[in-house]
Formats: sequence, structure tokens, C-alpha cells
Amino acid sequence: MNLATLGRRVGLALAAPAMATAFAFSLAALVLIVSGSDPLVAFGEMLENGTRLETMVDTLNRATPLFLSGIAAAIGFRMNLFNIGVEGQYLMAAFFAAAAGGAVDLPPVLHVGLILVVAVTVGATYSGIAGVLKVTRGVNEVISTIMLNGIAVAGLLPFLVRALADDSGSANVPGTTEISESGRMPSLNGVVEIFTREIGKGRELSSVLLIAAAVGVLYHVFISRTRFGFDLRASGINPFAARVGGVPPQRMVLIAMLLSGAAAGLVGMFEVLSDKFKYDQSFVQGLGFGGIAVALLGRNHPIGIAIGAVLFGFLDASSGVLQVSGSASREIVVIIQGVILLAAVVAYEVVSRFREREEARMAALALQATPTTSNAGGAA
Amino acid sequence: MMERWNAWPSWARWMSITAVGVFILATVQLVGSDTEQLTSVTTAQAMLRWCVPILLAGLGGLFAERAGVVNIGLEGMMILGTWFGAYGAFNFGPWWGIAFGLFGGALGGLIHAIATVSFGVDHIVSGVAINILFGPGGATRYLSDQIFSTYEGGAITQSPRVDRVGSFTMPFLAGGNIGSWESPDLLGWLDDQGWFYISDIAGLTKGLMAQISLFTLLALALVPISGWVLWRTRFGLRLRIAGEDPVAGETLGVNIYRHKYAGVIISGALAGLAGAFIVIELTGIYREGQTNGRGFIGLAALIFGNYRPGGILAGSLLFAYPDGISLRDLDGSATHALLAVIAVVLTGVFIFSLVRQKRTDAAIALAFALGAAIWYGVTDEAPTWLPNIMPFVFVLLVLVFNSQRLRMPKASGMVYRKGET
Repeated sequence: MNLATLGRRVGLALAAPAMATAFAFSLAALVLIVSGSDPLVAFGEMLENGTRLETMVDTLNRATPLFLSGIAAAIGFRMNLFNIGVEGQYLMAAFFAAAAGGAVDLPPVLHVGLILVVAVTVGATYSGIAGVLKVTRGVNEVISTIMLNGIAVAGLLPFLVRALADDSGSANVPGTTEISESGRMPSLNGVVEIFTREIGKGRELSSVLLIAAAVGVLYHVFISRTRFGFDLRASGINPFAARVGGVPPQRMVLIAMLLSGAAAGLVGMFEVLSDKFKYDQSFVQGLGFGGIAVALLGRNHPIGIAIGAVLFGFLDASSGVLQVSGSASREIVVIIQGVILLAAVVAYEVVSRFREREEARMAALALQATPTTSNAGGAA
Repeated sequence: MMERWNAWPSWARWMSITAVGVFILATVQLVGSDTEQLTSVTTAQAMLRWCVPILLAGLGGLFAERAGVVNIGLEGMMILGTWFGAYGAFNFGPWWGIAFGLFGGALGGLIHAIATVSFGVDHIVSGVAINILFGPGGATRYLSDQIFSTYEGGAITQSPRVDRVGSFTMPFLAGGNIGSWESPDLLGWLDDQGWFYISDIAGLTKGLMAQISLFTLLALALVPISGWVLWRTRFGLRLRIAGEDPVAGETLGVNIYRHKYAGVIISGALAGLAGAFIVIELTGIYREGQTNGRGFIGLAALIFGNYRPGGILAGSLLFAYPDGISLRDLDGSATHALLAVIAVVLTGVFIFSLVRQKRTDAAIALAFALGAAIWYGVTDEAPTWLPNIMPFVFVLLVLVFNSQRLRMPKASGMVYRKGET
């Protein structure tokens, strides 16, 4: 492949998300104008605020769970599975991990390790239900994971939180016992401050970021560089062909579902290990769907997912400053996120159709250029 | 035996299933005797009211699915319906609220149609995007902030209170008025007699006929109307061919794109109606997050009902039943009795599966039946969260036992492009 085609390919790959983001911001500008705010002031504030060190830390902290959630969704997507249930899986995992972490006292590393193991196990178990139902009973995973989300969010979790609530603290919201010092992940502020000024406002860069990065690398190596990842993608693209090639699709479905749930289990770890140190009724929700959005934006590629997560994290982090300055309603960022997602999936479709046509045209040109040896079809 | 059963018309099948179901409820009530709520008038009324949003969302799913488009954006479209319904009802009166809700949902449907039909975006992806965009904290909160916050009694997450539409009681059977004359209340009298089974049926039936909102009647009327439109009109035939075999339809000169658009927009409109119903009839106010996953339960009713209007009605009544019970059930005794009902039903499934030599099915049913029975035996009251998860659990159980028999439209979920096979 020469440099020109490479440039072309990269350009085409970036065209869709760039177009989508631009479209989303223009639409948001329109909405802001209609509702009487000045979009330039609002976006200016977002940008100015976003380049501050503290906001960057905030952005990264918010991007970390989104990235993990995106990876969880992407593992499913690579196998042609829609794990809509990341939402329920991470909430269940976070609850049990926080409850386990709060109940015991272990030496530092072990304590964190236990919490992580519980989270991963619970996440995988919960997604495993959908996997088993699909493999043994042919139940569509979209439906079963939606139902499992409903069971977790509408029934089990509110009940479990109240049942295990720790009344000893002065907290107004019922939640699990706070995890002691040994079960917390350290802050990375010290490392960052070597290169920058001191981070103010009490912001701490969570080291869960490193876990997320490790998961991202593992995901990439696993999917693109191992035989197993190849089998997974193959049975996602064409389960019948893969089966002929000796890959049992049923087993692949189950494994993909379990891995996806395991990754989902880590989504809540930022809050559990370095922010709130417990699971309570105000535990952050919606990261599961955010992860699906980020995975779609990043086209299931770890770097793409990371960019998407940082973009969404930045938007989340900006909502506060808009509220404080009053230049626009903070909900505009959710509108931007939703529109970016919708516009991006549409744009990807448009670009891939364009590419298809382009390739067909190039192929036709190439055919014309080569002198044909036979005269069949050469009648002009 | 199965052939003869399948040869029955579907209304007869649903009627006999209901008759058996009520018999089980009546028996459990008689034997367990910790509650009378299982077959009371108020339970039936509450069930009917809570069934309507599920029913409308399910019918919405039906139109999209029959046109070959999976719509998991129902929840988001329903939320649009709640917002627009509240806006219309507050400013122009409840009937306008219904119209506005319909319009709001249709708008969501239009977005879904543009993405999935014109641009060929994956249906699930587009649905998820719509749910994020219009879900809690999203575009509707922005709208509330801009508009409801400026009203007296409104706030960023809620609207001022809105009025209901009128209601109707059946004369003679449930004691409704004709003019100013109060007609006899036959079913109410039967319900008061305390006769086993007969009074139970009378109680439930009266609940379905007394003080029914006109909006509920409208929703119930949409069940046969949907069936008629989809199976008895030219438009319905063309819409269904878009969902079964679009390429074949194309060769017959059917404009597949247009019919898919129509199906998805109608789908959104019905989901919007469901949202408007929640605001106008159930809560009397728009409050963020009030749909609480009912769009998804509507989707579940659609699958439970095997993609048919009558089945969707049955499914939504079933899914609304735990809601109906729990509203008046402060001590949890009625929900507790429901555990016994579940145990009995699953035992039935167990025996049925044994007869049909399906050993795995039998084992699963037995395990769940025993679980429910033990739970019933060792506790005195059921936790309050149990009714909340019941619809979801019902769907999973139905899919576990019945997923082979369900038949979705053949081309549903597939991306169709004109001129491609």
C-alpha cells in the first residue's frame, strides 16, 4: 500500500466521526440560539474550562469507566452479539464488589485484588445468564439482557442496597459500608505533578485509569493477535463458515458473553475504588449505554474507543461549568452526545457506501486498463 | 391433543387460559386465605390502567417489527410522548395532550426511520442512540428546563399537574348511570356474594368495566384496529411484506421504503400515546424517569404475544397484574400469595413438559416451582421489589420454555437496500 492510499484510508476513517461531531455541535448551536443562549460563549467556556489541568483530570476520570464499558460492548460486537446488558452487569458487579470490600479488612494489594475479582466474577456471571440462555435455548441476547437490566435496576439493586445498608454512618443515602484505606486505589496526582503544576480543587487522577489501559491492551492483543480472537471474529462474521473451520459457534458465544460481562464488571470500579468507596442509592447509572455509544463511535477499535470515551468524558465534565456560569443549560451536553452518536453511525454507513462505490469504480477502471486476452464481452 | 388446541381460534384459547388462570387465583385465595386482593375489583382496575402503556408500546413495537424494523427505541419515544403529552395537556387540555403525545412519539419514530431505513444503520444501534438522546437527563430535560421551569408548579424534572379525560362505567353490569338513573350493579352484587370462582370472575370483570377512562377505551380499541389494519387492508399486507420478504415485495412493485417509514412512524406514535397515557391518566404529571422501562416491557409483551395484537393485549395484562396487586397491597400479602400461584403454574408446566417428553424443560420448571413454593412456605410476606421484577422474569421464563414456538417477521432486523438481494 502506498502513502497516498494510506492517507486516503485514514482520511475516510476519520471523516465520519469528524463530520458527526461537527454536525452535533452545529445542531447544539442551533438549539442554543433558539433557546436564547449564545453558543459561541457556551462553547468558548467549555473549551477554556476543558484546557485547565483540573478539568483534564476530571475528563480522564470520567472517561475511564466509559472506556471500560466501551470495551465490554465491543467484545460483544466483535462476535456480532449485542450486550445491551452492560448496564445491569456493571451495577450488580459494583454492588457486590463494594459490599465485599466493605465487609473485610485485608492487606493493601490483596484487598483491592479481592474487590476486582468479585467485580469481574459477578459481571461475568450476570452476562453469563444471557449467554447460557442464547446457547441452550436460542433466546435472543438483546431481549434477555434488557430483561436482566430490568431485574437488576428495577428490583434487585434497590432492595439489596436497603438490605445491606450501613446505618452507622451519617450518610443520608443508604449504601454499603465504606471500604477501608487498604482497599482503595492510589491517586496518580504525584506522577502527573512531576510534569505539571500542582493539581488543585481536590481533584485526584484515579489509578483505575491504568487498569482500563491494561484492559484496552489486552483486548487489542486478544482480538487481533491471537488465534482465539481470530476464531471469535470469524464466528461473528459467519458462524457457519467458522463451524466448518472447526470453531464451535455456541462456545464462542458463551465465551464472548462471559468476557464482555467480565469487562463490564470493571466499569463501576472508578467509583468503588477511588471515588465513593461504596455503593449507594446515588451510584452513577447509564454508563452501560454510554459504553455502547463509545464503542460504536470508536468502531470497536481500542484507540477509537479511547478517543470516544475522552470526548464523552470531556462533555460530561463541561456540563458543570455551563451550569455554574449560566451561559447555557447543562443538558445541552447530553443532546450533543446523543446527536454525535446518531450522526456518527449514519456517517459511518454513508462513508462505507461511498467506499464500496469507489472500490467498484476503481475495479472497473483497472479492468478497462488491462488489455483483455479474450474477446468475449469486448464487443463495443 | 396439541393439534386440536392449535385449531381453536385465538380468542377461545386466550379465554380458556384466562379461565384456568382465574381458577388458580381463586383456589390459592381460598386455600391460602391471606388476602382477597388477587381477584378484587380494585386489582382488576389497577391492572387495566397499568396495562395500557405496556399495550400501546407493544402495539408500537408490532407495527415496526411487522415492517421489518426492530424498535428498541420504544422507551425513548415513550419518554417523548410523556413530555409532549404533558405540554399539550397543560396548555390545551387532556385531549390535546393525547394528540401532542402521539406527535412527539411519531417524531422519535421518524428519526429511527431516517437512520434505519434511509441510511441502513443497524436497528439496535439506532434504538440505543434514541434512548440515550431522549432518556433521563437528555433532550427532554433540556426541554423541561426551557419550558416547564417557566410554568408555575413546574421544574426542570417535572411539569405542573394536568387533568384527565373522562371515564365510563358499563350500565347494568357494573352499575353505570344512564342519564341520571343509576342502573343495577350485577357484577358488583355477584362479587359480594363470596361464591367461589363465580364471585372471583365477577370481581375481575367488574374491574374491567367500572370507571374506565375513555383513553383506556381508545387504547383497547386499537387492538382490533391494529389487527384489522395489518391483516385486512392492502396497506397492512404491503407493510407486512416489507417485514417478511422485502425483495419479493419490491418485485411486486411495493414501495418498501415508504411502508417501512409508515410502520416505524406509527410505531413511534403509539409509543408516544403510551407516554401520554402515563402522564394524563396514571400520574397526572410529567416526571423524569417515570416510564421506568415500560417501553422495554412493551417490547417484552410483543414477544410474549408472538407478534400479534391479541397476544400483546394478553401479555400486557399479565405483566400489569403484579403492578395492579402491589398498589393496594401494603403488607405484601397479596404478592406473597402470587408466589403460590407461580408455583402452581410452573408445576403445570412441569407436568405438561413431562407428558411431552421434554426433560430439560421439566427439570427447569420443577426447580423454579420448588423455589417459589419454598419461598411461599418459609415467608409470610413478599418483599416490595418482587412485583417490579415479575414482568422481566415472566418474559425470560416464556422465552426459555417457548422461544422455539415464537415466530418473528422473517426479515425483521435486517437492513434492506433497494436493488440488492
